[in-house]
Amino acid sequence: MSKTTTVPETQSQVEATDSTAILGFWAYLMTDCVLFASLFAVYAVLHNNTFGGPAGGQLFSLRYALGETLILLTSSFTCGLGMLAAYQHKLRQVRAWFAATFVLGASFLALELHEFAHLASTGNSWTRSGFLSSFFTLVGTHGLHITIGLLWIIVMMVRTRRGISRSSLRKLTMFSLFWHFLDVIWILIFTIVYLLGVLKV
Amino acid sequence: MNDDHPRHYQNMLLGYIAGFVFSIILTLEAYLLVVNHTFSHHILIGVVAGLAVVQIVLQLLFFLHLGSETKPRWRLLVFCFMSLVVGILVIGSLWIMGNLNYRMTPQQVTQYLNDQGGGF
Repeated sequence: MSKTTTVPETQSQVEATDSTAILGFWAYLMTDCVLFASLFAVYAVLHNNTFGGPAGGQLFSLRYALGETLILLTSSFTCGLGMLAAYQHKLRQVRAWFAATFVLGASFLALELHEFAHLASTGNSWTRSGFLSSFFTLVGTHGLHITIGLLWIIVMMVRTRRGISRSSLRKLTMFSLFWHFLDVIWILIFTIVYLLGVLKV
Repeated sequence: MNDDHPRHYQNMLLGYIAGFVFSIILTLEAYLLVVNHTFSHHILIGVVAGLAVVQIVLQLLFFLHLGSETKPRWRLLVFCFMSLVVGILVIGSLWIMGNLNYRMTPQQVTQYLNDQGGGF
């Protein structure tokens, strides 16, 4: 398979021949949604079990979470722009947009890890209460997905050094589905954990 | 429309921009409503939840291109099945949480056990 030239394929040509693989990845993504749904269900059950400790509203900075949300949202946007460039075979734009996606995603992850570290260092780690156990599991699982996504970007950046092969285009498509889906999950986390937490629901 | 046509990618670009802008607006709106506690408690929860649902739908349409495939719409079908499973999970959890002794204080639990003639 040629890796040195960009293969002229239209989006629908790619989708027609790779549709099975992409559908398979989409099916995996849907099972990931079910996984997160179960984590949300656990959080719903445990979120008031603070064992005498602080609840979400007392621990979360809404402004901080808003910042994380906007950063991740922008990374989803740059990812979309990267895919548009990929279908039009504009290699340098592709790499630029996915580099931007990586920087934004890494910023999000850094902010999240900072929040986790702060919680843990002030005695509010996942061992403190059922609420915090479920919080760290839910948000941590999302963060783990983000981390894997970042590693995936690095791999794709290496693979697209000299051009975008057919298989790379397919994998970039799969990655973009993965990254958009992570942003959707984060909207749910921001709403249910942070916004409703501050509202003491 | 043949998607070699630049119009196709222009439309996609507009879709991404629209999805992005609307998502920002909806996010900021939810944030501001909560921070300013604009509505009463229960209404605020409903509005915030509604904003989230709208944003998710927009992102599904504009970013994940849900529903834009040609027939047979397998992706849509798999998505609908996932929604069914998640719906059962969510509604079932809420149902159970509403029904069990989940909402009882320790004193209520003791009282309940005494009423049942139980306890240890």
